[in-house]
Amino acid sequence: MALELSMESKLLNLAINGDRRSLGKILTKIESGFEPDISVQKPWTLGVTGPPGAGKSTLIGALISRWIKKGEKIAVLAVDPSSPKSGGALLADRIRMQGSEKSESIFIRSIASRNHPGGLSLFIGHMINVLSASGWSKIIIETVGSGQSQTRIVAFADRILLVEGPDRGDIIQAEKAGILELADIVTVNKSDIPNSKLAYNSLNSSLSLNDNNSTITHLVSALNGDGIDDLLSTIDECPKSSEREILRQKERLLSLWDSRLLNYDGLNELLVALSTGSITLYDAVDIIDKAHMEN
Amino acid sequence: MRIVIAKPGLDGHDRGAKVITRVLRDGGHEVIYTGIRKTPEEIINILIDEDAEALGLSSLSGAHEVLIPKICEEMKISGLSDIIVFAGGIIPEKDHPKLYDSGVRAIFGPGTHSEKIINFLIDVSQRKERGEPTGVGEEIGWHWN
Repeated sequence: MALELSMESKLLNLAINGDRRSLGKILTKIESGFEPDISVQKPWTLGVTGPPGAGKSTLIGALISRWIKKGEKIAVLAVDPSSPKSGGALLADRIRMQGSEKSESIFIRSIASRNHPGGLSLFIGHMINVLSASGWSKIIIETVGSGQSQTRIVAFADRILLVEGPDRGDIIQAEKAGILELADIVTVNKSDIPNSKLAYNSLNSSLSLNDNNSTITHLVSALNGDGIDDLLSTIDECPKSSEREILRQKERLLSLWDSRLLNYDGLNELLVALSTGSITLYDAVDIIDKAHMEN
Repeated sequence: MRIVIAKPGLDGHDRGAKVITRVLRDGGHEVIYTGIRKTPEEIINILIDEDAEALGLSSLSGAHEVLIPKICEEMKISGLSDIIVFAGGIIPEKDHPKLYDSGVRAIFGPGTHSEKIINFLIDVSQRKERGEPTGVGEEIGWHWN
């Protein structure tokens, strides 16, 4: 008996067999709720985050141009390029590599997080699996490192690179957001700018205050390439830290928990009831708990 | 709608493209801006990876004469016939028919009110829902303005 395949399954099969158009389309389906049923070996993932203007996209560009020379196939999920500037910058990096005729080895997809009030956590894992099954050997998740939801998305990657500008203020912001604890590697970018060495030193002294500090730091210039090769080897050899793995799992769990809350059908009614004082916060939590139990 | 805004050709004046990007975002669309000086091949790749539903091409220096029809042709060859194409910038009236024949569905000149572009997108998506031709490689004839 011939089995009728759904449109999604057909797209998925085509994507896995290397059809890029189908891959683009299946990612859209996943964004709107499709859950592909595939099993893959653990994908190689890197989360890249940092404040706006730190040079994340340019740095990613510098890293991927080196990786594709080694025969890697790189997929980038660029989460919420909320300013046209950052969105354009990443795509411009891909363009700079066109000369090497290797653009077949780079896949870049922008995701607007603001269109998903319940968070991206419900589908980012599926996207990673599909990309991996479609032959993308390294998968990079890029987010702007501001706010918890962004931090949590980057925790879906198995190794995290925090990119800082030469302005020491950025690093303090990172400490506040808790991202510094999650990052395996912290790099100060723009070593071509005078203050960067100072920022790098103060980063190191700040990290040295932690017990058992295992964060690896680098000073690089994505612009002129200084230090990029060393950073690349650190990323490739990045040791697994079990402590950080626990932190990452916690962020993933919180992220899914948030999504569940935000996707709760009666959320608006609850919020109204809270604002008029007819229920307490504790009542609201009980109501949501109960609703989930019944499901 | 997922919309790619691209600037083909060699001119670097992208204020117009950036303004459109903002207008479309504020209109609730997901917009991916490619930056300046894109080749047709690069634009095709971006459309595929981003699974775009529409492409807006900005041209201020004559790129429309050769590059816009070329992009439309390559889109058809690459199986992107269902994507909606619109153009903006300095495009003389006399050149409009050629662009419409290539599959462009709307052309916006200098001074266009931003509402017009949003309205075009509403109309075009309604047409698409009804199954009427809107894509670059679909039946030529209808254009918005």
